[in-house]
Amino acid sequence: MRHLSGTIILGIGTLLAVLGAAFAADSLFRAHALILALTLGIATIVMARLVQVNGNTEVDKSGYMDEPIRIGVILTVFWGVIGFLVGVIIATQLAWPDFNWGPYLNFGRIRPVHTSAVVFAFGGTALMTTSFYVVQRTCRARLWGGDGLAWFVFWGYQLFIVMAATGYLLGITQGREYAEPEWYVDIWLTIVWVAYLVVFLGTLVKRKEKHIYVANWFYLAFIVTIALLHVVNNLAVPVSFLGVKSYSLFAGVQDAMVQWWYGHNAVGFFLTAGFLGMMYYFLPKQAQRPVYSYRLSIIHFWSLIFLYIWAGPHHLHYTALPDWTQTLGMAFSIMLWMPSWGGMINGLMTLSGAWDKIRTDPIIRMMVMSLAFYGMSTFEGPVMAIKAVNSLSHYTDWTIGHVHSGALGWVGMITFGSLYFLAPRLWGRKQLYSLRLVNWHFWLATLGIVMYVSALWVAGITQGLMWKEYDSQGFLVYSFAESVAALHPYYIIRMVAGLLYLTGGLIMAWNIYKTIRGDVRNEKPMASPAAQPAE
Amino acid sequence: MSILDKHKIIEKNVSLLLVGSLVVVSIGGLVEIAPLFYFQNTIEKVEGMRPYTPLELAGRNIYIREGCYACHSQMIRPFRDEVERYGQYSLAAESMYDHPFQWGSKRTGPDLARVGGRYSNEWQVKHLTDPRSLVPESLMPKYGFLSKTKLDFENMGAHLRANQLVGVPYSAQQVENAIADVVAQATTDADISGLEERYTYDERFSVPLGDFDGNPEEITEMDAMVAYLQMLGTLVDFSTYVPEESR
Repeated sequence: MRHLSGTIILGIGTLLAVLGAAFAADSLFRAHALILALTLGIATIVMARLVQVNGNTEVDKSGYMDEPIRIGVILTVFWGVIGFLVGVIIATQLAWPDFNWGPYLNFGRIRPVHTSAVVFAFGGTALMTTSFYVVQRTCRARLWGGDGLAWFVFWGYQLFIVMAATGYLLGITQGREYAEPEWYVDIWLTIVWVAYLVVFLGTLVKRKEKHIYVANWFYLAFIVTIALLHVVNNLAVPVSFLGVKSYSLFAGVQDAMVQWWYGHNAVGFFLTAGFLGMMYYFLPKQAQRPVYSYRLSIIHFWSLIFLYIWAGPHHLHYTALPDWTQTLGMAFSIMLWMPSWGGMINGLMTLSGAWDKIRTDPIIRMMVMSLAFYGMSTFEGPVMAIKAVNSLSHYTDWTIGHVHSGALGWVGMITFGSLYFLAPRLWGRKQLYSLRLVNWHFWLATLGIVMYVSALWVAGITQGLMWKEYDSQGFLVYSFAESVAALHPYYIIRMVAGLLYLTGGLIMAWNIYKTIRGDVRNEKPMASPAAQPAE
Repeated sequence: MSILDKHKIIEKNVSLLLVGSLVVVSIGGLVEIAPLFYFQNTIEKVEGMRPYTPLELAGRNIYIREGCYACHSQMIRPFRDEVERYGQYSLAAESMYDHPFQWGSKRTGPDLARVGGRYSNEWQVKHLTDPRSLVPESLMPKYGFLSKTKLDFENMGAHLRANQLVGVPYSAQQVENAIADVVAQATTDADISGLEERYTYDERFSVPLGDFDGNPEEITEMDAMVAYLQMLGTLVDFSTYVPEESR
């Protein structure tokens, strides 16, 4: 019977979580196990309801498996809004520190909630959802491994997100940036991720197309490399098997290198390769043009994945990391500029002969803007990786600005574009609820990003220069506290910029909700005949 | 462009694509990371480094738990301004027992690599409790709750043992006496002979002692946090340190 085995497994999971809480070695583990028990308990009840409702009805397994993709679209929107919201909250805390409510809502604890919500919840769900969509279409095959495995991957990943985020609030963290979840959550993610790889590979193997489409190369490289990075970077020895705390296998300088090998390639493979996969499918689809250059995509793919992995040490310039490693990291970071722009050019040139769509189609406009930001941040990155530039930019808000031009501009915009592409198709609607609202989203987001990035450029360079300012007597001019005070106006601008971006996200949520319901907004079409150029 | 035409072979074969990607992404990491474990000069030879006392380790764990690394670096770069502002630039040797490292990546607040001994215990407690009472420009959250939270150190022996497993040279006596050493370090007028014997690796430096949080009644998380902050960057004897040229 469908759902019955799932209900039983979830029930056993709930029981184990309760036992984990009962025998916990520390109070944090007890709290976290209770959260797990609660989550699994609710899931068990929902599953049991499904057994009752659906009974023995079998699903049609001849077509594509689109149910997790539909839920994935909704959850991507949900996590996006949550991630942006938490971002606005911590931006507010930096502008006015009285908005810290300790201990659970202090900046130090909710900052990883923001980064993980955006990168792993919003970005990860988007990648999982779109990869399932793309791999089925481009292989003309249903997801491999049966529906159960795909559902396990999908909900298993959501469970990882919930456990990671609740852990941060409780103070459960490894203290490694973008790899904060503790050892037991890491083990869970490893299991889910291997299952993800198996589903993806299996689908590729049983494809009915001769060639594996380029989008799938990028998705595959993303899945494989993240598995490698995640496992190595999280090697640790737990203090107790029923306790939260673990100690990293590596120490000091080696630990720093491993962490930034991971950290930079979380950007390179999670936020770049994966989203390039998205770009290579949804942009040509939406533009109704083939990818510009097949050869460029080959060169761009292999050089990108080869070079990216070397770039980590640029996060450790002038630290106690040996010079030779820093120099290698810098050299490869600069080389990385080329394949990155290869991808941007391949994407932009796909619009050859369809450039007018930028005027008429706000979804294309979003995708083009995402490529523009991709190009900009992959130029800025190599510049910041030059040691001389880094000596000024490191430790300042310039880095935060750089990350956000990539995350809000590239990752955010390409995801929004893909979601707008998917929503009407997945629910069998003729069109989106409103293209004009997409346009509003586009401008709010773009304005938000530009404000955000320029405010933090100014903030970062101000900070960097103030720290290094000497007077004619040879004394440092500014105390550290003075450099903090100088940033106040920029932090406020940054918070307002985040608010604009969040508003855009809320408009998207409304638009997709109405699209799912099948409503169509009564509005003037985007491109009126009057706007056509004179012949 | 015949080579590119051969790409057909790879893109029709899942295994080739998988193995090819895995090989290509492994090279960079291997070249950059593996040598750090066997090049002798990766970690400088210094005098004075010792593992954390159990109280300091507990404090460090609170530092990690609260996410302090999101705003504070512990890595002074070798620039004139940083050395004048924060002190001697940081060495790899100084974090050789740090599992994980806490070098940080952002300075919303100042670097803490050498904050040890720079302020009094009272200052640290007052600053953690209400940062803006001492530094009006500060953006730091308040950590007064640390003073109200009893330190949970029942398991410190197991923590030291886990550190032993990842390579920190704690002795059997240090593991055995972990709980007693927490009490000895955080209590005024305690018998500290055992603690000093176990953690004095160099007689020029001594373990910071006493009631750190101003409340002798109980050992709180504030005691551990301040004990940790007060030893940061104080271990290495730089009068005998000779920088290595080939690094």
